[in-house]
Amino acid sequence: MASLKDLKNRIGSVKNTQKITKAMQMVAASKLRRAQEAAEAARPYAERMEGVIASLGASVQGNDGASPLIAGTGSDQKHLIVVATSGRGLCGGFNTSIVRAAKAKISKLVAAGKDVKILCIGVKGHAQLKSQHGDKIIELVDLGHVKRLQFSDVAPIGEKILSMYEAGEFDVCSLFFAHFQSALTQIVTDQQLIPVSISEVEQAEDAGGANAAYEYEPTEEEILDALLPRNVLVQLFRGLLENAASEQGSRMTAMDNATRNAGDMISNLTLVYNRTRQAVITKELIEIISGAEAL
Amino acid sequence: MANNMSDTVHFELVSPERLLMDVKADGVLVPAGEGFFMLLPKHAPVLSTIRPGVIEVSEVGKTEPTKLYIKAGFAEVSEKGLVVLAEEAINVADLSKSDVEQKLQNAKEDLEDAQNDDERRNAEEAIKHLSGLLKAVS
Repeated sequence: MASLKDLKNRIGSVKNTQKITKAMQMVAASKLRRAQEAAEAARPYAERMEGVIASLGASVQGNDGASPLIAGTGSDQKHLIVVATSGRGLCGGFNTSIVRAAKAKISKLVAAGKDVKILCIGVKGHAQLKSQHGDKIIELVDLGHVKRLQFSDVAPIGEKILSMYEAGEFDVCSLFFAHFQSALTQIVTDQQLIPVSISEVEQAEDAGGANAAYEYEPTEEEILDALLPRNVLVQLFRGLLENAASEQGSRMTAMDNATRNAGDMISNLTLVYNRTRQAVITKELIEIISGAEAL
Repeated sequence: MANNMSDTVHFELVSPERLLMDVKADGVLVPAGEGFFMLLPKHAPVLSTIRPGVIEVSEVGKTEPTKLYIKAGFAEVSEKGLVVLAEEAINVADLSKSDVEQKLQNAKEDLEDAQNDDERRNAEEAIKHLSGLLKAVS
């Protein structure tokens, strides 16, 4: 049985851990607020963009000259999976659940005989994927040094994806990220970036409503050609902003749980400590009394 | 003040990061891909590209137009108003001529000192961007 001193030390160390988790929770809460604001501020642009593409895409789709970004390459043999995770740990099941979803999709594609390439954003996802799918990972982008995600941080990644697409290195690109619903729930989402998924466009059309007869300047096709690559960047940017908010939300919840667990542990340990202390006193008394009786 | 919607243009400027401007204007001058157009109330729906240049927004109740430098984007005119999707927008009033000239000078020096293709390309882009800005300021 542990001595009184041991117990006291253990209580002390759990208390310290509790202070750390409590602090991390509060930091995550304030970062969450900022990340959420950023995600909300980015929404108008992405929504307008979707609206424009919806009204344009419907008219262009099915034409022979349609951009491959909307029509696809005509094959779905080569897949690029973009896995967006965080750059830091201690955020509960956040990274694991994204990676799990990505792994499920990869296994499915491999079983169907497709070629799969993986692009990791964030070191945590890379660490979890490399043991099983290390040969498929083509690049790791670390955004750990970025404090506040700007569009200019994301643009190079998107441009790289686009140039790979032009070079014919893949046919379909999908993005795995956690959609932020609330601090408690984040939904792992598999979004198809390239080609632009039609259902999504139709949805936006339903929501956006007005399919007004626009005049185009220059032509419909030229505008669409300029707009579609931009759309890929914007969708990626939006996904990463959502991801950042989800990460902080998940961390906040995880640290809240940790703080509560530490509290439980402290009360249990204190109970054991007090019981041991009483046992020691009783033992001393018995020793004194039995010593006196022996005389 | 009951402002009739059709007498003004509802102007929105959005960048990927956030909504930058949301105002009512008497008219907006847009540097479209095929030349400038002045957008007045009751304009027909148009979808157009924007080339780097200055947008002039004549806000309701202001005598001087607000000038904004836009680095490429799209303009969508619908019955609801004008929406500009801009990659980057800078208020011209926030810029000083000497500052931009200084930066342009720096960029030119960077170009001369460039060691490889990447650096050269960056410097050239910066020069293009800054000379557009300089034109906007002067």
